[in-house]
Amino acid sequence: MKGNFIDNLPKVYGIYTGGFLGFIIIMSICEQMGMTAKTIGICFVAFTVAIYAIIGYLSRTAQADAYYVAGRQVPTVFNGMATAADWMSGASFVAMAGGIYFKGYGYMALLVGWTGGYVLVASLLAPYLRKFGCYTVPDFIGTRYGGNLSRFLAVVVLTVASFTYVTAQINATGTIASVALDIPFQYAVYVGLVSILLCSMLGGMRGVTWTQVAQYIVLIIAYLLPVFWISNKMGAGFFPHFMLADEVARIGELEQQFGFVKNAAADLKTVPKGLAGITKAHSAVNATPWAFISLALAMMMGTASLPHVMMRYFTTPSVKAARKSVGWSLFFIFLLYSSAPMLATLSKLSLIDPTLSTGIIGKSIAEVQAIDWYQNWNQANLMFVSDFNGNGTLELNEFFMGGKAVVLATPEIAGLPYVISGLVAAGGMAAAMSTADGLILAIANAISHDVYYKIIDPKAETAKRLVVARVLLVVIGFAGATIAALEIQGILGSVIWAFDFAMSGLFFPLVLGVWWKRANKEGACAGMALGLLSGLGYLIWVRNGGSGFLGITQLTFGIFGSAVSLVAMVVVSLITSEPSAATQRMVDEVRVPSGKSILGKQH
Amino acid sequence: MSKQEQHWEKTRGLLMITLAIWFVFSIGIFLFGAEMNEVTGPFGYPWTYWFTCQGSLGIFVILIFWFANRQEKIDEEFGFSEREDD
Repeated sequence: MKGNFIDNLPKVYGIYTGGFLGFIIIMSICEQMGMTAKTIGICFVAFTVAIYAIIGYLSRTAQADAYYVAGRQVPTVFNGMATAADWMSGASFVAMAGGIYFKGYGYMALLVGWTGGYVLVASLLAPYLRKFGCYTVPDFIGTRYGGNLSRFLAVVVLTVASFTYVTAQINATGTIASVALDIPFQYAVYVGLVSILLCSMLGGMRGVTWTQVAQYIVLIIAYLLPVFWISNKMGAGFFPHFMLADEVARIGELEQQFGFVKNAAADLKTVPKGLAGITKAHSAVNATPWAFISLALAMMMGTASLPHVMMRYFTTPSVKAARKSVGWSLFFIFLLYSSAPMLATLSKLSLIDPTLSTGIIGKSIAEVQAIDWYQNWNQANLMFVSDFNGNGTLELNEFFMGGKAVVLATPEIAGLPYVISGLVAAGGMAAAMSTADGLILAIANAISHDVYYKIIDPKAETAKRLVVARVLLVVIGFAGATIAALEIQGILGSVIWAFDFAMSGLFFPLVLGVWWKRANKEGACAGMALGLLSGLGYLIWVRNGGSGFLGITQLTFGIFGSAVSLVAMVVVSLITSEPSAATQRMVDEVRVPSGKSILGKQH
Repeated sequence: MSKQEQHWEKTRGLLMITLAIWFVFSIGIFLFGAEMNEVTGPFGYPWTYWFTCQGSLGIFVILIFWFANRQEKIDEEFGFSEREDD
């Protein structure tokens, strides 16, 4: 039966994709027949979330290896899709195109960083950790270095990084649920949380794997369909990725023509919080090499240290499959990431080009304020115009938009039917849910497996372990939702911090665990503890007005943290005794794909 | 030198090549971002802009698949590849 399911995967997800496309067509027919925009939004979100919940229920399991690593039988390509969904969060889906739209080149370091990191994952870590046979990332640290302290420190770093990340994702699901279902954000956060838990509670990693594949399909359709549609509608080109050079050049011309007028501080105060104007050139290089490279580097090393990504490669059937699977993951991520700059280009041009019917710059303020979509998004606090210079005409510097609006509002601005906006909401929900699921599971698994089972009660039976794992899942989910409801930080800022925390504490202990036999327990503990503490210290210092050094900002503090971690780890390893012969043999074993894994199938 | 040591030496060599290519397209070229952006590149986009949008990203995808194939060859050469039923 189970083997059957794996063999039938292409068919199952083929039917699913067909069904989803059918649903989109039915919805567009309903729209023609007069269904309201609000009902369409509710249908999209409710329908997709219900499907994920059903998949989550069907994947329920009572076995440890199914719960922790999906039984290690997820085929390469499907694991690639699941990783892509796991990876692309609300930040990638909702905020990325907006960031490119407003900040241009300096922001695009994230595109390079969030893809380049996979080269490190594939070459330095994933295949070796798969060979190791661990359930969680701290499982590797704890076994390779030995001792409860190293295991515990790894859990601490993992929890700090993942928890920072997950609050942002629950925040994103809440935002989308509150818009689509029209309920207040404080409640919507919990609606989002319940949907997230439905996928992972019963099936653990197995449930999350198969829902993530389903979520990837929804989110990639929801992202690409509008990009292609808008591009064709504007006459910009049938295949936007290859055909937008003229549009990019045209934006440059318009920027020259309008000029970037700096607004007075008093005028800017009247702009609602979180909205921004276009102040940077679209395709010009507007950051110093180091600013760009340091951000990209921090994101790449963070990618290789984030446990919710790494644990996806524990689910492949073999070491060989783990390597290939990283390639497929990045391919599926590439499909969305390479489209984000295109969406930003199309969105910007359709707003600022006066020769296009959708363009608003150069129109009279009163005319713009009368546009339907302007009123909608103005009400949602995502768009704002103000006649600073009092000439009655909208200038480039008088138009403000929230970062999320680029993805969420562009279909409406470009005059696409509302069904596309509903689809985009479902896609954003899928992206945020899949990442939140992966992260909550990573934390709960680390605490239940590494702290509870390995440290507190090594004799616990499987049934009891899985109960603990599930209780933790709910507790962590609620803790995350409670913090998300407080709305302390923006989505993107906290995501970037999560990368910095992960790389500060885990990058070198993980990499050197495979590539440097001499690395020992004392070194690893020093590396994790000092790395995390110095990274955190640097962040607090810079946040409180510290000047920082070497151009390391609060977005790249992981560079400092990981440097301290590396030095501490090497120095402490060298002044303490070398690891035991057994440990060294273990490292040799990890380095070749053949033979038994270090940890047994059930452990 | 034992088979295992030879295998690891080759694996390390492959890692170095992979990381060198990775370094060029994730860090190296962006040292010259401003200069490179003056020149028109693929599909008519400025070079630097194209690399950040598509170029580097696509090269990473190809690089990982190339790396995976090479590593498989190395594993086979020394008889360390997994059996099919593993």
